[in-house]
Amino acid sequence: MAETKYETHQHDVLVIGAGGAGLRAAIEASAMGLSVGLICKSLLGKAHTVMAEGGVAAALGNVEPRDSWKVHFRDTMKGGRYLNQWRMAQLHAMEAPARVNELEEWGALFDRTKDGRILQRNFGGHKYPRLAHVGDRTGLEMIRTLQQHGVHTGMQVYMECTVTRLLGDGPSGAGASRRRGRVTGCFGYWRENGKFVVFEAKAVVLATGGIGRAFKINSNSWECTGDGQALAYLLGAELMDQEFMQFHPTGMVWPPSVRGTLITEGVRGEGGTLRNKDKKRIMFDYIHPLYASETADTEEEADRWLAESTSGVASTARRTPDLLPRDIVARAIHTEVKEGRGSPHGGVFLDIFSRRSAEDIKKKLPAMYHQFKELGDVDITKEPMEVGPTAHYTMGGIRVDPETQETCIDGLFAAGECAAGMHGANRLGGNSLSDLLVFGRIAGLHAGRYAKATAGKHVDPAQIEAFAREALEPFDRDEGVNPFAVHEDLMNVMQTYCGIMRNERDLKTCLKELDRLKEAAARTKVVGGNRHYNTGWHEVIDLRNMLIVSEAMARSALARKESRGGHARDDFAEMDPAFAKVNHVCRAAGGGMELEAAPLPEVPDEIKKVLLEEDR
Amino acid sequence: MAHEREGAGSSATKATLKIWRADAEVAGSGELVAYEVETYPGMVVLDAIHAVQAKQAPDLAVRWNCKAGRCGSCSAEINGKPKLLCMTRMSTFAPAEPIVVTPMKTWPLIKDLVTDVSHNYRVAKKIPPFAPRPRDADGRWRMQQEDIDRIQEFRKCIECFLCQDVCHVLRDHHETEEFVGPRFLIHLATLDMHPLDTVDRRPMIKDEFGIGYCNITRCCTEVCPEHIVLTDNGIIPLKERVADDFYDPLRWIARKLFPPKHKKRLPVLPDAEPARPLGVPAPANRAETVDAEE
Ligand SMILES: Cc1cc2nc3c(=O)[nH]c(=O)nc-3n(C[C@H](O)[C@H](O)[C@H](O)COP(=O)(O)OP(=O)(O)OC[C@H]3O[C@@H](n4cnc5c(N)ncnc54)[C@H](O)[C@@H]3O)c2cc1C
Ligand code: SF4
Ligand code: SF4
Ligand code: FES
Repeated sequence: MAETKYETHQHDVLVIGAGGAGLRAAIEASAMGLSVGLICKSLLGKAHTVMAEGGVAAALGNVEPRDSWKVHFRDTMKGGRYLNQWRMAQLHAMEAPARVNELEEWGALFDRTKDGRILQRNFGGHKYPRLAHVGDRTGLEMIRTLQQHGVHTGMQVYMECTVTRLLGDGPSGAGASRRRGRVTGCFGYWRENGKFVVFEAKAVVLATGGIGRAFKINSNSWECTGDGQALAYLLGAELMDQEFMQFHPTGMVWPPSVRGTLITEGVRGEGGTLRNKDKKRIMFDYIHPLYASETADTEEEADRWLAESTSGVASTARRTPDLLPRDIVARAIHTEVKEGRGSPHGGVFLDIFSRRSAEDIKKKLPAMYHQFKELGDVDITKEPMEVGPTAHYTMGGIRVDPETQETCIDGLFAAGECAAGMHGANRLGGNSLSDLLVFGRIAGLHAGRYAKATAGKHVDPAQIEAFAREALEPFDRDEGVNPFAVHEDLMNVMQTYCGIMRNERDLKTCLKELDRLKEAAARTKVVGGNRHYNTGWHEVIDLRNMLIVSEAMARSALARKESRGGHARDDFAEMDPAFAKVNHVCRAAGGGMELEAAPLPEVPDEIKKVLLEEDR
Repeated sequence: MAHEREGAGSSATKATLKIWRADAEVAGSGELVAYEVETYPGMVVLDAIHAVQAKQAPDLAVRWNCKAGRCGSCSAEINGKPKLLCMTRMSTFAPAEPIVVTPMKTWPLIKDLVTDVSHNYRVAKKIPPFAPRPRDADGRWRMQQEDIDRIQEFRKCIECFLCQDVCHVLRDHHETEEFVGPRFLIHLATLDMHPLDTVDRRPMIKDEFGIGYCNITRCCTEVCPEHIVLTDNGIIPLKERVADDFYDPLRWIARKLFPPKHKKRLPVLPDAEPARPLGVPAPANRAETVDAEE
């Protein structure tokens, strides 16, 4: 087993991750005439992005001409409870329309308005209909478009290749003499045969997605194990906002096989309403003061808003509370269930059948229709769905410079779900797909510029040898634990102690449990088989990453003694202005993890003005 | 999973899976191995395979990503039928009968249920990409919904390659170099019918991409998990367009004088590897067969 040989590839820019963010970054760097390598754990086109359903948010103003980047920016900051890096939220809102239009240039076919432009739909926390979409398979359209365009730009794609380490050195020293460190490439293995591979690169972009697989009930693909965050952390980069995990309000709850599988917010965007077991519409009881002035407080007003805003009329009514931001809706469902007003399988009801015709439902939400029919034995054109919160999106991630997406390590960039800053404490639906496009491009651009200005880098063979041995350890142990069992254990620990409702006691238990799991993970053993496509071995490596990011999440959550966005505590149930000024940053230090409360960047006056403006 | 199994306790039943275990690099390997799993409500075959992986065979190789029929990774053959493992309910099989799970037959095996589908990615790269006409004066494009309904159907494709797996031209006759297969025919149909596209790929569809090999058995349509009507909505209309262009002399002349839409012909394949050595004509009478079929 101790075969540590490896092959080597060289590129100017290396992109790790082929979801929306990675593909967009690679396209940008390729367009600069650079040699680009794109690495992914799965086959091309299968990344988590393919599952995105509802749409991509961009203030195109096609359905509601009053929309503009300013309104989108305001909605995003408010949704993130003002913990966002304002500059990222601004860049995002300003550039998203161009990025969406560009997809059309590459062959994407969004649903159309009557006059032939891109149609936009309502989504939670967005003041106006803003999400460009294709039925409920927007992610598929996006990834296929980027993939089909990308493979013709000359980039080299390395599929089913898992990166286990970044090469280079991290920051060192302290104070003014602190060195930033630099990245020189990465180390990984081919899933197919377990052989090792080294990529040398001038610049590296991480675009590896989130960490939903650390939770028992989640909507994520197997790939979402926080690899990029862990890789960056291990090299010395910083993780930020890690306490903010988005629990999407509407996951499937029954049957057990599909528990957690997502139901798009588009269902509510198309008129779906949440009801408890007494058939009462629940959301009118949970209107957060922050949103009171813009939210309908009667069913009559909510329905008038829906009818008008979906028929292209500029509505004077206020938005339905069913479309409040996700953290608010998820907690409302959590409360209804806890107080005994839930559905038979521990969720609430989501009803579209009484609101739209069967024909409309099948046309607008075809994937939902099939998903329930084939996996849940429910015909959503005739009966309500049962829904409940599911771990969905990681707001936290690698800390980056808002202008360039560069980390604190020279040449190392991050974009998409694995990066932090854009969404603050809570992400609005649809803002991720646009985030991938906007910041994927920015990361690719700046990685490209960095590569152009940099001479070749050399990797250190001793470092590679050490990483190869590390990867093979689980084969060599005489005895050990089953990695699948440790993963199952981790999912239960995070779900129970670091889930949708947290408190000090649970979070302390969580950290203790994580110590126990770290110790167990260090003893995992690959039983049977060789290095060929060995899922048990792959699981061992993913575990290390999930444990690092889970620890950062629990530590940050413990330190944040308030409730804000995706982080809710029953021992500190309200927002606390003192915590409105800081982001939590985790980094490796002295053999452990250190946490810092970093002050938010000052918002310039002209941006403050935009935030305070009322749109007419 | 314990807390999720409420209601399943009393009805806990067992099912037997026979899974193909093989390793391309281990000579002589390849056998069906039986595993017993406990079933629970809603369970799909992929759940059963995960249960086997977690407890009995940690090195069992299977592809999956979404477990919701979205990504097209988990393609395999269940009791000989090409299917998505994550969309096939255990309850559709008689409990007493073992469920036989084997890899897709058309592609070379890598390990267990994982096959080498790289051929499809090479084909995708050979197809000249979308190239739109200029934007309208306001910098946008206008398209009517009814003009794109059909191709939006084709773009539902999740690239599971089950249609490629079932198509006899690839599966039994191994014409992988001559015929791109149904998945890519509907991709070509998408491009051909795209209201903005300007490239004329019809000569290639006939020659390099071998549309004439399809004899309209409709097996691809039957297996498509996205319910795309590949044959009737995509391949047949494409055949007609290609045949009309090439076998009606008047159309042929008209086409020379007025190329279709704004489409321009591409002189050569943009990709490095030519599909067929230059100068070698397409196999005879393929298109005639097509005409006869229609
Ligand atoms: C069901 C569902 C529906 C959603 N719907 C919407 C929506 O409607 N609108 C919206 O805006 N957002 C939506 N989201 C969120 C959005 O889809 C994701 O946040 C986004 O796709 C993440 O994209 P990404 O490019 O950052 O990473 P991903 O798409 O997760 O891609 C990660 C890539 O990194 C690779 N990778 C990971 N680790 C490694 C490693 N160690 N080595 C090599 N490669 C690696 C993977 O193979 C993969 O290619 C949805 C999410 C889910 C789960
Ligand atoms: S209809 Fe044509 S493409 Fe489809 S399976 Fe039959 S021969 Fe193959
Ligand atoms: S056309 Fe259907 S069967 Fe063929 S690859 Fe696409 S989704 Fe799969
Ligand atoms: S796992 Fe994605 S289609 Fe089955």
